Amino acid sequence: MSGSANHISVSGVHKVFQSGGQDVYALKAIDLEIARGEFVCLLGPSGCGKSTLLNAVAGFSLPSSGAITVEGQAITTPGPDRGMVFQEYALFPWMTVEQNIAFGLQIKGAAKPAIQEKVDSLLGLLHLQDFRKRYPKDLSGGMRQRVAIARVLALDSPIMLMDEPFGALDALTRRNLQDELLRLWLELKKTILFVTHSIEEALYLADRTVVMTYRPGTIKRDLKVDLPRPRDVASPAFNALKKELSQLLMEEQSRHNQDEFKGAAVD
Amino acid sequence: MKKYRNAASGILVPLAALAFWQMLSAKGWVNATILPSPMQVLVKWWAYLRPLEAFDPAQGSYLAWCFSGELIHDALGSLYRVLLGFAIGGGLALPLGLAMGYSRLVYGLFNPLIQVLRPIPPIAYIPLSILWFGLGNPPAVFLISIGAFFPVLMNTVAGVQNVDSIYLRVGRNLGASRFTQFTRIILPAATPYIFTGARIAMGTAFIVVIVSEMIAVNNGLGYRILEAREYLWSDKIIAGMFTIGLLGLGIDTVMSRLSTYLLKWHRGLEQG
Repeated sequence: MSGSANHISVSGVHKVFQSGGQDVYALKAIDLEIARGEFVCLLGPSGCGKSTLLNAVAGFSLPSSGAITVEGQAITTPGPDRGMVFQEYALFPWMTVEQNIAFGLQIKGAAKPAIQEKVDSLLGLLHLQDFRKRYPKDLSGGMRQRVAIARVLALDSPIMLMDEPFGALDALTRRNLQDELLRLWLELKKTILFVTHSIEEALYLADRTVVMTYRPGTIKRDLKVDLPRPRDVASPAFNALKKELSQLLMEEQSRHNQDEFKGAAVD
Repeated sequence: MKKYRNAASGILVPLAALAFWQMLSAKGWVNATILPSPMQVLVKWWAYLRPLEAFDPAQGSYLAWCFSGELIHDALGSLYRVLLGFAIGGGLALPLGLAMGYSRLVYGLFNPLIQVLRPIPPIAYIPLSILWFGLGNPPAVFLISIGAFFPVLMNTVAGVQNVDSIYLRVGRNLGASRFTQFTRIILPAATPYIFTGARIAMGTAFIVVIVSEMIAVNNGLGYRILEAREYLWSDKIIAGMFTIGLLGLGIDTVMSRLSTYLLKWHRGLEQG
């Protein structure tokens, strides 16, 4: 392992898209250092580039310029060292729960008994034992996301990337999975980069919440959340932070809205 | 209970149609040569089905005798041609479709030719098929292959092209090689389309077999009903038509059961 304390390092990253003959900066001069075992949330309105940044770290779409390194190695492709959980669950519908979880291990070329053991332990860890033979279509959204998390955990990747993973879930299921995720994070000591547009979710989960701006995507605020866990969403300290972040976010949201109205006027 | 009610109501209209038909014949409103009574069709159907000669142990086993009837012989002949043509046409279309769906290059190379050939109905190949293959099974199987080829091809291409990119992203994220992505993600994701194509191909093959037997083969259900017309045996024509219908229904039921079983993970399927 490299001696540096930073697990993920993003420096001077730009991402430029062409739109209507114009350059649009989805990401502009992003610098972000994430320490090993840190839980970081990227927060911002839609179009702020938070998912673009996550996809760049995942290796799905590389930055136009700048560098992203993990353990000191530059990112060039997606890889199982950076397991990703998607908002749309993205479970393979033709595989049962256990087949989905085992898939990454099969790709790695793990031995059958080792795969079985790992799958069994993950089914236990995520309370999925009774669902092992089910197909995704027969699972609720929350259950599907548990399977998606298990599938990534099976890789034993030190980093978990999560793209609004709980965005489509109802409030209770969401809180439930947030607590599960925190439990797993503490137990397995993962580095987590988590994209969300929910202020409360970011404050409930993260060590650090990074607020991004709407076009060009830059870092507006890098806020350390020092509240002890489990966090009480009703506490004054929590709400003070929430208020602060709301204000920041509202500014960006209004720029986003203006842009949409301008777009509508052009149409 | 509800199941029985549905079954009962499902049989009402066919019964009424049958009664109406029987009434037409009984009252003598239609010429019996043109439209025989249902009873007459049934009698003819039985005669068509049962063995032509009395059982003779010297000729072979009892079972072979049971299946020696003309209808069985015709139905098996038609079925054989359908299955062989389907296997050849589908067997060629599947790998080509997978390649065309997966590779833009292969798609670009083959698609123009496919688009030109596809609208030609298989029936239009009849003259050429007889010229090339003469009479008998070969031209029929050739025509059926063509009929089965295009539905499987088009659906396979669409199936591969429509694989949700999120699955491929997950595959890459998990570190899958291109080969693994193809066999474990693209292929299974495309199977619902491929099965739809196969089912359509089976239907087309069944149409083409009847037509080709009317022209190029001297047995089979299609041949038999055309032959019956020569003798003005309208009862046999209708008996043959019902046999064709039942055989087609049987094939489609098997196909649909098979795909329901193999695609039990698929959300879009009704529970059969």
